[in-house]
Amino acid sequence: MKILAAMSGGVDSAVAAARAVEAGHEVVGVHLALSRMPGTLRTGSRGCCTIEDSMDARRVAGLLEIPFYVWDFSERFAEDVVDDFIAEYAAGRTPNPCLRCNEKIKFAALLDKAIALGFDAVATGHYATLEQGAHGRELHRASAWAKDQSYVLGVLTADQLAHCYFPLGDTPSKDLIRAEAAERGIQVARKPDSHDICFIPDGDTRGWLDERLDRTPGQIVDESGAVLGEHDGALGYTVGQRRGLAIGRPADDGKPRYVLSIRPVSNQVVVGPKDHLAISRIAGGRYSLTGEPGFDLAEPFACEVQIRAHADPVPATARLVEITAEERTELHRAEATHEIVVDIDLEHAEPLIGVAPGQSAVLYLGTRVLGQFTIDRAMPLGDPAPETQDLAAVESKA
Amino acid sequence: MPEVVVEAYTQALRELGNPASTHAHGQSAGERLEAARERIARRLGTDPALVTLTGGGTESINLAIKGLFWAAERSGRFERLAEPPIVMIAAGEHHATIEAAEWLRDTQGAQLEVLPLDRDGVLRPEPLRKALEGFGPERVALLSFLWANNEVGSVLPVRELAAIARAAGVPTHVDAVAALGQLPIDFAELGVDALSVSAHKIGGPVGVGALLIARHASVDPLLHGGSQQRARSGTQNVAGAVAFAAALDHAYGERSNGDSESFEARIARLREMRDRLVAGVLETVPDAVLRGAAPTRDELGSGDPGLDLRLAGNAHFTFPGCQGDSLVFLLDAAGVSASVGSACQAGVAEISHVLLAMGVPESEAIGSLRFTLSPGTTEAEISALLAALPDAVSRARVAGLA
Repeated sequence: MKILAAMSGGVDSAVAAARAVEAGHEVVGVHLALSRMPGTLRTGSRGCCTIEDSMDARRVAGLLEIPFYVWDFSERFAEDVVDDFIAEYAAGRTPNPCLRCNEKIKFAALLDKAIALGFDAVATGHYATLEQGAHGRELHRASAWAKDQSYVLGVLTADQLAHCYFPLGDTPSKDLIRAEAAERGIQVARKPDSHDICFIPDGDTRGWLDERLDRTPGQIVDESGAVLGEHDGALGYTVGQRRGLAIGRPADDGKPRYVLSIRPVSNQVVVGPKDHLAISRIAGGRYSLTGEPGFDLAEPFACEVQIRAHADPVPATARLVEITAEERTELHRAEATHEIVVDIDLEHAEPLIGVAPGQSAVLYLGTRVLGQFTIDRAMPLGDPAPETQDLAAVESKA
Repeated sequence: MPEVVVEAYTQALRELGNPASTHAHGQSAGERLEAARERIARRLGTDPALVTLTGGGTESINLAIKGLFWAAERSGRFERLAEPPIVMIAAGEHHATIEAAEWLRDTQGAQLEVLPLDRDGVLRPEPLRKALEGFGPERVALLSFLWANNEVGSVLPVRELAAIARAAGVPTHVDAVAALGQLPIDFAELGVDALSVSAHKIGGPVGVGALLIARHASVDPLLHGGSQQRARSGTQNVAGAVAFAAALDHAYGERSNGDSESFEARIARLREMRDRLVAGVLETVPDAVLRGAAPTRDELGSGDPGLDLRLAGNAHFTFPGCQGDSLVFLLDAAGVSASVGSACQAGVAEISHVLLAMGVPESEAIGSLRFTLSPGTTEAEISALLAALPDAVSRARVAGLA
């Protein structure tokens, strides 16, 4: 096959490219320039298009004797990932830009360009595996769960999966990858792992957002809507936060109060007792499927849900529902007509803690990735939402 | 590197000696250095005393722009000014010029003025005349422009521009890095204050260049410590100078091409190949646009009937709907090396500031591609390019829409 190896300058994508070459494919290396930070050498976290990363990728391509190019996706990245990141925060959500980048850049803009230029697939250094299932190609967790990265690939669709190649998927550990890199003479064998958000090099997300978004003062309210105080901008608050709440009088029960949710339209920060942070139901409208599921999503189905890259999967029941006009709230995504609703299986799992709208929820059947959605609403235990009873009724019938 | 240059370079490397030492080894090195400087001076139409050898084109340009500015400042010329002194450069200059001038603006109190190019990428005499009159020549600390544009290949009417600047008494630097080896250079006849060249553009070693500085001109050095040359300190690179001289001889002297071929004949042959390439590209890809001056001979009546307004080895196009980097990849795969212009240190192809300065919209500038020919380019190579181009363009168009 003709393979385009996306090379970040890190050890994983270097070994992935090397394995693609060794497997006999015709491989061309490409480094994506995602943001322009001229003169940036090393930034603490992985930089996009830092000189060091670009040079490292080039050296590896030289070692592998494959052609190497740097392609500029900085504009697409700014529009589809960075602007989306800012817009999500402005709407009171906490987004995961790595998923957006996979969805819009690596496995969309780059993949489309690669196919147009005559390539069969894009190879990356992600830890995940592909299997042929009854309904086509399926995305599965890497055989080593500790390094599994299927969560950030949850946005891939059937078309994209058809052109993916993950040469590292069956490697049991990162140490083995580093050892293999050293053995192959790859000079980035001991380069530190990337972390944080690549376009916020100093890791100060709040400071970075403050430079880009205005803070609008508003009310701090409790769950009943009673005004408890003022905030200087809802943007500054995170679900689960306790400190920094300027509330004059104590709660009736004298217990500390936590940020439970942020209402972007009314610009309110909702606070309440800690036990209301425990979430039993999540729902969201921006969803995608990792290939054909093979069953009707409108019927409740048992699955596992994972809400962070390094969180454990939790047993749950999910279904796809239509959003009716009566039910729509300011937390619903305006453009969504349907949403995926997930109820945590509280007989076998604890409720989710610290769930913030904007996080991506990836659904699994065993090791298989089913799809993902962005959380718009997180509902606490004992929320007297009528659907809960309805769902229970459906389940008991089934 | 041409074999004659390699030989001269390696031979010189074998001979030890600091040219500034007074012992026998040093004297012999000093002789070789000065002999090389004489050859360099002769090829560039100047005297050895006016040749300051540097570490390449970028250093030459920085030395000229900063050095002319500092010397003018030190002379007290600016003290009489009510407004800040002006550094005047053409649009679409090399980044060495742009960034040196911006640095003077940002840290040294200069005002930066950029003269517009026409749609061919040429600085015409009229905008220069107007700018000098508008600001008053006494405010202009220095003027700097390219002889020939390295990206789009346009050749500027340097004699006319130099005459205007001279008449106004404005210190002038000409960046002749891209012109070297493709146009005859006569520093004395041109009558400017400073002129930059670089050896690697003509097959000499990287890291060797020269700044020619007129007798009457004052240039303060960038590097202090020993005053080995007029405007530069530091032990001189004898082997580099010898190799540069050899490269100039190779570029401008007679060369064997079956028969002996003069510089003029070689350039004429290169020009014919370029014109065939341009015609072939426009025929195979009818909506491609040639950027830079059309190769019409001596349109400005400069009195050089042998010159045209485009470097003989340059063909620069934009291909609508394509991204330059897609074309580079596809042509590379077909064995043709082309270039998208400049790239940042990380290797990202940048939208050409030269094309933007020529008024080309960003959406078109993104599809730019430059082909560089040398006297060694063969007809077969041009045919290979023309054969590969249509498929590359149609694929790149699909990728461009992706």
